[in-house]
Amino acid sequence: MTTVTNMPLSDLLKSFKLKTKQQELLIRVSILCLVYILAFITRLFSVLRYESMIHEFDPYFNYRTTLYLTQNGFYDFWNWFDYESWYPLGRIVGGTLYPGLMVTAVLIYRILHFLRFAVHIREVCVLTAPFFASNTTLVAYFFGKEIWDTGAGLVAAILIAICPGYISRSVAGSYDNEGVAIFALLFTFYLFVKAVNTGSLAWSLASAFGYFYMVSAWGGYVFIINLIPLYVLVLLITGRYSMRLYVAYNCMYVLGMLLAMQIRFVGFQHVQSGEHMAAMGVFFLMQVFYFLDWVKHMLSDTKLFQAFLRITVTCAVVVGTIALGLGMLSGYISPWTGRFYSLLDPTYAKDHIPIIASVSEHQPTAWSSFMFDYHILLFLFPAGLYFCFKRLSDATIFIVMYGLTSMYFAGVMVRLILVATPAVCLISAIAVSATVKNLTVLLRSKNKGVLTGSTKGSSSSRASSKALLDQSQPFQKNGAIALLFGAFYLLSKYATHCTWVTSEAYSSPSIVLAARGAHGNRVIFDDYREAYFWLRQNTPVDAKVMSWWDYGYQITAMGNRTVIVDNNTWNNTHIATVGRALSSYEDEAIEIMRSLDVDYVLVVFGGVTGYSSDDINKFLWMVRIGGGVFPVIKEPDYLVNGEYRVDKGAAPKMLNCLMYKLCYYRFGEMLTEYGKPPGYDRARGVEIGNKDIKLEHLEEAFTTSNWIVRIYKVKPPNNRW
Amino acid sequence: MEAPIRAREILGFTLLSLLFFVCRSSPSHNLLISNAERRIDLSSHIVKVYLTLKVENAGSTPTSEILLAFPPTQVDHLATVEALVTKGKRKKTTIVHLDVKPTELPDAPNETKYFTIYLANPLNSGESTTLEVLYLFTHSLEPFPAEIGQSESQLVFYRDSALILSPYHIKQQTTFLKAPSTKVESFTRVEPTNRAGTEMKYGPYEDRPSYSFSPILIHFENNSPFPVVEELVREVEISHWGNLQVTEQYTLVHGGARHKGVFSRVDYQSRPSLNGVSSLRYLLARLPPRVHSVYYRDEIGNISSSHLRTDSRKSELEIEPRYPLFGGWKATFLIGYGLPLQDFLFESSDDRRYLNFTFGCPLLDTVVDKLTVKVVLPEGSKDPSAVVPFPVEQHFETKYSYLDVVGRTVVVMEKKNLVPVHNSHFQVYYTFKPMFMLAEPLMLTTAFFLFFVACVAYLHIDLSIRK
Repeated sequence: MTTVTNMPLSDLLKSFKLKTKQQELLIRVSILCLVYILAFITRLFSVLRYESMIHEFDPYFNYRTTLYLTQNGFYDFWNWFDYESWYPLGRIVGGTLYPGLMVTAVLIYRILHFLRFAVHIREVCVLTAPFFASNTTLVAYFFGKEIWDTGAGLVAAILIAICPGYISRSVAGSYDNEGVAIFALLFTFYLFVKAVNTGSLAWSLASAFGYFYMVSAWGGYVFIINLIPLYVLVLLITGRYSMRLYVAYNCMYVLGMLLAMQIRFVGFQHVQSGEHMAAMGVFFLMQVFYFLDWVKHMLSDTKLFQAFLRITVTCAVVVGTIALGLGMLSGYISPWTGRFYSLLDPTYAKDHIPIIASVSEHQPTAWSSFMFDYHILLFLFPAGLYFCFKRLSDATIFIVMYGLTSMYFAGVMVRLILVATPAVCLISAIAVSATVKNLTVLLRSKNKGVLTGSTKGSSSSRASSKALLDQSQPFQKNGAIALLFGAFYLLSKYATHCTWVTSEAYSSPSIVLAARGAHGNRVIFDDYREAYFWLRQNTPVDAKVMSWWDYGYQITAMGNRTVIVDNNTWNNTHIATVGRALSSYEDEAIEIMRSLDVDYVLVVFGGVTGYSSDDINKFLWMVRIGGGVFPVIKEPDYLVNGEYRVDKGAAPKMLNCLMYKLCYYRFGEMLTEYGKPPGYDRARGVEIGNKDIKLEHLEEAFTTSNWIVRIYKVKPPNNRW
Repeated sequence: MEAPIRAREILGFTLLSLLFFVCRSSPSHNLLISNAERRIDLSSHIVKVYLTLKVENAGSTPTSEILLAFPPTQVDHLATVEALVTKGKRKKTTIVHLDVKPTELPDAPNETKYFTIYLANPLNSGESTTLEVLYLFTHSLEPFPAEIGQSESQLVFYRDSALILSPYHIKQQTTFLKAPSTKVESFTRVEPTNRAGTEMKYGPYEDRPSYSFSPILIHFENNSPFPVVEELVREVEISHWGNLQVTEQYTLVHGGARHKGVFSRVDYQSRPSLNGVSSLRYLLARLPPRVHSVYYRDEIGNISSSHLRTDSRKSELEIEPRYPLFGGWKATFLIGYGLPLQDFLFESSDDRRYLNFTFGCPLLDTVVDKLTVKVVLPEGSKDPSAVVPFPVEQHFETKYSYLDVVGRTVVVMEKKNLVPVHNSHFQVYYTFKPMFMLAEPLMLTTAFFLFFVACVAYLHIDLSIRK
């Protein structure tokens, strides 16, 4: 710095004074940079272990639509009618998806190409989720800074960077809506809290746009549009109404609503559906509040105001109820959807919508998975809540409400752990930051004797520590050191746990299966892609493939063939028809398949490799879903004394239904394990009950090398003479 | 239905050619072939024909051009024709390759196509010379039955003539056909015809006039898979930072008898010698030595079933398609690898640089229907020109890769119907100034520098409106 040496002495001193502040800034910025990088690279395990590929089921649809968007442009994408899925119905893709993710990926792709980085769109898609996870850490920092202080912000950034609850949905390759939506969710919340804290129109405008982005990205925006009104309501009830709140909420709601209605999938739902009514109600309530405030200001007479208040409140409530009742009755306001109900009542889906209950990620959360995904955060969370309650402000009330509501939802559905993760991280960060700060203040005060104003910790905690200081001098230092060490031990445990979970549990693409061979070497089962690629290359272009809906997206994306049903489970009857075909006898099934123009049937079978999430294990759900629409299919027919079996003791209907036949066709000749009879199913550990399977209307077209995917061709009808 | 029609055609063709022989007078008349021996190897799907001709100049003027004739049905499948002459006696023999060029003759009977062999020394009157001619046919084995099940073996037809089609009089000729196995279903007899094991002998035939033709049909078992690359795009990208990146895009098809009906994995796995004998299980690619970062993938991701063996002289990449290819089944895939630049890039005497690389497909024993070789020159290179030992179609393209501003010149060469014989070297010459190597690093440095300057400026300038 040559300029420094040329400066006069006073300036030099000045620059010296700034030094500690600059140092702090430097440390803060470098920590943030490191966290940013860490959040990115910790999500790359799957790329290193396997390859740069798209994972799971839904991401394949997103990838396919992104490809379409890059190739055909936005307008074609918006008006895309997809003939390749839901045959013969088709799907209006543009109107039934949240385009935020695809548009984001294509935007990144275009920017990179503008900067002359000739990357493939697939690489962009694979790395979108880690990139947004990195951005989320930055948002978490600013959010933590807003609700507590910079220390809490930094800790929150670090915690969220490696928290398994978030990593589970944002590893490289998991190209799903949630990847960008969590960023959007937290960003919207941050901007809204900022708007409430400042009362600035600019911030609330920004939060409206954040909300727009969130609406475009994920259906979970409903959480925002219900949490924010709830928060506003709580503030109103607790008497924390202010002009800041009024500006923030009104601007955010009105603009956010108008913007959200631009997304075709949302459209007028935003003003008509039951899920969005709370926000509208609070909006009107807000106006009533403002009006009352104004009247109160104008009227000096309190008695008169009391009477006026009573009349207005009664009128408002009555008008509101009548409007809601009329809306409901006339059908203008649609009732709550099944998914929403199942969130409020965990048992609802099991009784009414088997298709929601059949998805493993919609099951209620087990305690172990809380522990698995949060680790020490589970214990820090209540501690953080304590700190928040101790220093209540508009911002901490928000984070407490976000934390508590999302924790409830996380308990209802496994996959909503993801939504709770940012809140848990932020609240835990408050706990960690406040504790460590208090302890270090204690240590420092001992050494220096007098507390200087260098640390800007909360005055109350400093006062309490001072009080403690006077009481028990001798043990305090040791105690503080021990507690600090304890905290660091726990945090380092957290870091190792997170890394372990990420590498072991959340970095498998689930398309490629890996197992350990007999000699400890890694064996790869690439059967899914083998089958899909076979379909792509060796079947007619217009062939229709019937499979259970789980594989629909993958077949269209990788196999490039038309499917009957896929993971977008919009038509329950259609899925039930497929379920019925698979659980009927072959000659009944062939009628259904002919009516659906099916050319190939694809089943997933794990009996040779011991792969347990195959179609035989999913079969009862097919029976249930099929039976839900077609009462011909009855679940007890497939069970023996309420027990599901595939061996000799299985129900006769089970042994002769299409799914059983297709899975076990010629399996009876196969010797799978040494010392076991032929036809020994390794996934269920039994010898199968029907070894002599004859197919009449179908023939084996392809079976992958480890038998995981089996494809059958529907034979043309016999000649009549 | 097709076979009788063709037989009739051939009969008519023979008659016509005889007719032409009567009324024809051409300058080549003074040549005659005193002895011809033809050996046809039918063991793989590339039919190899070795022809030994003893040519005699019976005329009065010296000549240096000798014509080879092919029926039009064969010439479409003809991949390459080579001719050579052995000189010297006993141990001192040297092989001289002769030029062979396709030739059009105005009065060719029945669209017969010709190739001219240019002798190094003119053949004087009364002299004779012995020529060795090798030519290869692709797509000449017709599967019959055209569709087979998994457990059946593959039978094919081969059509040719028992007599060598030639514009010259042939005094004595013999043809040997070698089938891959002893299982020969049937073959046309044109006496004298003998069969011994896998070999069939037609001839010797004495004193046949020019344009004699006698169609034969052989039906035999050929269980070797017929790997046919319908389209191959090879992209060779030169980086003067020391790497040559090769990317090859294949569209592979099994050109044998089409698979019919069921594919049963249990049969295929338990009885591999009886089931799917003609299926294509793996392919072997011979790559240059010192190859690195090899990858093998397709549109939907990496294919894990490949093995690379390297030694100092060559690298062998064994690749398995995702599934075994039965007749008519297709697979598309991509192979990429890096090579050290110093093995392939040289400086010519006139201060230009040239790339010396193999043209054909590195997969062994495959036919390539259409090959496109693209050589991507580094940005800023000028005056590209390609030298290829056989005729190809050429044009130029521009490609934009990482950090390219003006784009890279791409030399594109296209050729149809290739066999492994075409794996010879070609050269691409261009001029390049080493200064251009620094363009991209400098661009990046400048961009970062400007970014930091902008950051510093932002931190030092107060942009707020309120004061």
